[in-house]
Amino acid sequence: MTLKHVTGLLCAAAMSLALASGARAEDKVVKIGVILPMSGGTASIGAHAKAAIEVAMDIINNAHPELGNLPLAKNAGLAGLGGARIEAVFADNQGNPATGQNQALRLITEEKVAAVFGSYQSGVTLTSSAIAEKYGIPFLNSESVAANLTERGFKWFFRTTPIATDFAKAYVDFLADMKAAGAKTDAIALVHDNTEYGTSVANTISTAFKDKGQPVALDVAYPVNATDVQGQVLQLKDKKPDVIIMISYTSDAILFAKTMQSLDYKPAILLADDAGYSDPSFIKAVGKISQGVFNRSSWAVGPSGSPTAIIAEMYKKKSGEEMDDTVGRQMQGFFVLADAIDRAGSTEPAKIQAALKATDLKPEQLMMGYKGVKFDDKGQNVLASGLIIQLQDGENYTAVWPKANAAKAPVLPYKGW
Amino acid sequence: MSFVLVQVIVGGLLLGAVYALFSSGLTLVWGMMNIVNFAHGDFVMLGMYVAYVVYTLMGGGPLLGAPLATLVLATVGVVVYFALIRDIMKGPMLAQILGTFGLALLLRYSVFWWFGANFLSMPQDIVGGTYAFAGLRIEASRLLAGVVALLVTLGLHLLLTRTSLGSKMLAVAEDQTGAQLMGIRPDTMQAVAWAIAAGATGLAGALIANFFYIVPTVGETLGIVAFVTVSLGGFGSVPGALVAGLMIGVIESLSGYLIGAIYKDIVVYVLFLLFLWFRPQGLMGKT
Repeated sequence: MTLKHVTGLLCAAAMSLALASGARAEDKVVKIGVILPMSGGTASIGAHAKAAIEVAMDIINNAHPELGNLPLAKNAGLAGLGGARIEAVFADNQGNPATGQNQALRLITEEKVAAVFGSYQSGVTLTSSAIAEKYGIPFLNSESVAANLTERGFKWFFRTTPIATDFAKAYVDFLADMKAAGAKTDAIALVHDNTEYGTSVANTISTAFKDKGQPVALDVAYPVNATDVQGQVLQLKDKKPDVIIMISYTSDAILFAKTMQSLDYKPAILLADDAGYSDPSFIKAVGKISQGVFNRSSWAVGPSGSPTAIIAEMYKKKSGEEMDDTVGRQMQGFFVLADAIDRAGSTEPAKIQAALKATDLKPEQLMMGYKGVKFDDKGQNVLASGLIIQLQDGENYTAVWPKANAAKAPVLPYKGW
Repeated sequence: MSFVLVQVIVGGLLLGAVYALFSSGLTLVWGMMNIVNFAHGDFVMLGMYVAYVVYTLMGGGPLLGAPLATLVLATVGVVVYFALIRDIMKGPMLAQILGTFGLALLLRYSVFWWFGANFLSMPQDIVGGTYAFAGLRIEASRLLAGVVALLVTLGLHLLLTRTSLGSKMLAVAEDQTGAQLMGIRPDTMQAVAWAIAAGATGLAGALIANFFYIVPTVGETLGIVAFVTVSLGGFGSVPGALVAGLMIGVIESLSGYLIGAIYKDIVVYVLFLLFLWFRPQGLMGKT
């Protein structure tokens, strides 16, 4: 054998080793099905969510030691699965419960995903998670707030976000505080669409106020994606409630803001239940005529250089948008799911389910302002919490309640434009 | 009558005028060549984006945006006619339906790809803000759309009934072969019809953009109303679309205010079906 042969052999050996290790890393991909509204009336939400999940994957799959205690950030990939990478398989639910259901079926049976993540609209989460339940695949939801989702006795459904009952209680307490500060909060009107989200959240809020001995004075329901809301605004103008609680997706939220201005109507307090009011395109479109609107959130950007600020920066680079509460909750949920798969050390559904059940994350391990992540028997995160924010300048939300977490004091009455 | 009720009715009339405005193009295309254009709502959407681009790039208001949107959409109409409609008209009914439906998705997702899914909005006071008199509040942008709707309807009606171009177009609609024997080119007339219909639709979009949000899927929301308006008014009848639009606008507003918004569609569609039961050709349609 000549030297040439030896070098040749060595080269070949080195190459095959490289190839083999390459192939091994390639083998170790954990697929997660992600169902989002990529088209239809809430497509803007889906586009933002996709960018957020891609940032979360970057954080999980690459080394990001600058992110401190955030699980999976420090090293590349999932240590529990020998450095396996997470890969999201995105599916479009078109904002339609039936489509969401079909996509869940396709992801589970054809894409063979280890777990399903989604599906934004409560109504779509309701149907798609039923498929995961049937096939015994873990389903993690990070942003649907309809209370009944975790009341179905499901074994494979886990939800990280605070839900309607949590917020209903926060709204009751917040308005009681505003009343103590001298605001008039006696007559409350609920304005909501006719989707699963709109009706169930309205119900939950209305029950919470009733239990406090202050039944909701006016309930204004409208069909989602309305072409016109003049009638509803005039109804409100006529009845003059002190407080309006808005439960609306982006399109209707924008239309209400425009119509309220053109009919010159402002309540003393306008309180929005996230959804459309947290969509950055709402703020860009009508933020200037919605100054002083209150909203709920679990997201705070934090001082510069902090993990949350770094994540917000990464997200902005990816999507061109400011980080908002909805995408924050989605990223947080995705981290919780990835962390469970990492601890399970396997893609076996039962092991991931067991790991999800054993989840016990502390506030310092989270990017959202939850008190932690720990699931009860129903799969609901019992440590989820949030605060009230206000769009004081028409451009950025500021935390205003509870006092302990507030950056500024709430400003009353609602300014509008 | 309570004061609020007057505002509700006025609001309904202005809304109805807008419905009429964006329905006239649809009814024209149907009257001319028996084609239901499922991409109609997306033509409205394109008009809105043209107006938005004119505003953001050139700082121009509706004075510049509306004519440009009319022009751009008229061109789109001609292109669509020669590239798609002329051929699918020879095919079975299903090909026509799916052809224009495919066009709708193509337009919607091209805009989606180019502009993204975000909701856009023109500044609220781009057209003179809001007039308030005697307690009534009327948005200038809606009033403008309403007035233009009346003018466009009148103009289209006169064009069809009083000009030789209109007579030629109607002749082609009536009997293609006969018209051809008289020296009228059906192709040209139908292309002109598409240019006018799409142009009017683009104009509608540009005017609606002043008070509505702009998003690639907005055609879905507005398209359905256009179909109801056109079938109530009578397929092919431009004045019918105006009356039907006004009726639907007022019924929607009144029932939304008096009974509740989630029931207003029930009221509108029950009345709609009842009406078609007794008069299937619509208000002013030909049997």
